[in-house]
Amino acid sequence: MDSEEALDRLPVAVRDLTVAYRDTPVLWDVDVSMPEGKMIAIVGPNGAGKSTLIKSILNLVPLTSGNVTIYGKTYKAQRSMVGYVPQRGSVDWDFPTTTLDVVQMGMYGKLGWIRRPGKRERDVALECLEKVGMASYANRQISQLSGGQQQRVFLARALAQDAQIYFMDEPFAGVDATTERAIVDIMRELRESGKTLVVVHHNLETVPEYFDWVILLNVRVIASGPVEEVFTREAIQKAYGGRMTFLPDSVGEPSGPLRRAESLGD
Amino acid sequence: MNAEQTILLTGVFAASSCALVGSFLVLRKMAMMADAISHAILPGLVLAYFLANGPNLVFGVLGASLAGLTTVFLVEGLQRTGRVKSDAAIGIVFPALFALGTFMISRYFANVHLDADAVLFGEIAFAPFDRLIVAGVDYGSQPMIVLGAITVLNLALILFFYKELKVATFDPGLAAAIGFSPVMLHYGLMTAVSMTTVGAFSAVGAILVVALMIVPAATAYLLTDRLALMIGLSVGSGVVSAVSGYYLAVLIDVSISGMMTVTAGALFGLAALFSPSHGLVARAIRRSKLRERFAADLLVMHLSHHRTAAETFDSLAAELNWSPSWLERVVNRSTQEDTIQVESEAVRLTDNGRLAADRIAASLEPAR
Ligand SMILES: Nc1ncnc2c1ncn2[C@@H]1O[C@H](COP(=O)(O)OP(=O)(O)OP(=O)(O)O)[C@@H](O)[C@H]1O
Ligand SMILES: [Mg+2]
Repeated sequence: MDSEEALDRLPVAVRDLTVAYRDTPVLWDVDVSMPEGKMIAIVGPNGAGKSTLIKSILNLVPLTSGNVTIYGKTYKAQRSMVGYVPQRGSVDWDFPTTTLDVVQMGMYGKLGWIRRPGKRERDVALECLEKVGMASYANRQISQLSGGQQQRVFLARALAQDAQIYFMDEPFAGVDATTERAIVDIMRELRESGKTLVVVHHNLETVPEYFDWVILLNVRVIASGPVEEVFTREAIQKAYGGRMTFLPDSVGEPSGPLRRAESLGD
Repeated sequence: MNAEQTILLTGVFAASSCALVGSFLVLRKMAMMADAISHAILPGLVLAYFLANGPNLVFGVLGASLAGLTTVFLVEGLQRTGRVKSDAAIGIVFPALFALGTFMISRYFANVHLDADAVLFGEIAFAPFDRLIVAGVDYGSQPMIVLGAITVLNLALILFFYKELKVATFDPGLAAAIGFSPVMLHYGLMTAVSMTTVGAFSAVGAILVVALMIVPAATAYLLTDRLALMIGLSVGSGVVSAVSGYYLAVLIDVSISGMMTVTAGALFGLAALFSPSHGLVARAIRRSKLRERFAADLLVMHLSHHRTAAETFDSLAAELNWSPSWLERVVNRSTQEDTIQVESEAVRLTDNGRLAADRIAASLEPAR
């Protein structure tokens, strides 16, 4: 599986990755492979380095050591294959622009420098808004959107990127059950068409329902593999350390009342 | 071209070039950075004067741009240490650079007369006399030509890189991920800001150049929710400030650049009060309308809940804890809407009012 050819077919391979913003490492010797056509959850407590892992894959933070490949090549070479949904709070929602315009930003990468979006881009953006049920908000100023609607718009923008691999940082943060359903449905559709989805996720109880593959992270990789194999009570306990007082009873054994993992958000 | 036209055109170019880059400064929450750059270019100008052996346009622009970028670089370097916040970093860097500039002047150019007023407020009235002369040919007013060129450059920058600047300002993470380096765009914009500052500096001075960058852009931000329109309105309000500021200054015989800034401030005040979307007046009206609407709905709901007992003005005022005058206003409105009727002191729902109550109750259910 470590042969050159296998690496070519691997959407994401992270090798010996260490990242430190200052002197203490935030990610330490991370070694993970992400398989194609799967919904992959990145799970871990606040500050575990989940966002940092995504950012280092996307070349947004400098790596202290190690390397990352996307289908066997560097991120730079494969940029157009990758879609990104940042944490919703990372942008200024008072920015003077419309919903449709934000979705069109997803296509800027393919347009390249200087070229302006035209009618084709507009149509694609509208289609993507349609898919997330936000078409009627196309001309709304973005500050008028609710949190759940903002998240849908970000998802529409990722769809407009038309990527092979999607990275989503907490797409379910602050959305209600209906919106969560809608987002999951769209993710599944993407998976059916062969895309790979890498999602930072906080709600442990829905991991087995939504995801095929899980990466348990807390500075180091605690476990990584198919959900049914590696998402065990023991591994979760280890990832969350003493901070994890309640465990979903569904983990490792069937049914029982479910509890939410501590997730204070950012 | 006569002196008046030259001064006007210089003012218009100064205002437009400043407003173009200013829009992005406001959206990036970097107004204070403009202030820092405008002061910190002094050592760059002195160095240029030194290297060119006298005032030289090209050296001046290069030196000042370099000093401007140094400011940005130092401020961000300090911020990255994590222990100095951005406002503190600006407060440390620009006085230091400004002091370095004044030190260099007093040490090496003690004989050069440096007018403090000219540095702080500029003197646009001298624009017609400062000629651009190359190889003996007089091409016209130097500040006017320089600012005209800078306006064209800024316009080109924003026209060509509009979508790149937009995405890097709104979502730097996405911009970086799709290959539009936000760092490069940031320093590109800061170069433009530095150049604009030097250009406008001689005309309107160090303090007013900041006003021309920030105030018209802030005015435009109050007036629209579209970036392109914001940039246009920003330039528009800058130009209006420059032109009307000039005529007002001539009329009452005060500093032209000062009057331009006052006019820009007045336009901002008008926008803050009367902007249809974000103005204080519009907001107050909207709020009071909403309050009345809400009160009318409340009255209808109250009457529909207490159907059995006959309500009078007095009982309503007591139960709702409303003042008699407010109650009267709400009752009048509801009577006009035909949801209630008043017969000899008794207030009752009409048929229409009962339907309205059902509608309001339904609208309170969470929609799905
Ligand atoms: N730009 C930065 N500079 C310095 N430290 C940072 C920076 N970004 C993150 N960190 C630190 O790195 C660690 C990991 O942060 P990261 O955002 O990756 O965590 P996370 O797992 O995404 O957490 P959350 O669940 O809260 O989103 C944290 O301790 C955080 O304080
Ligand atoms: Mg995070």
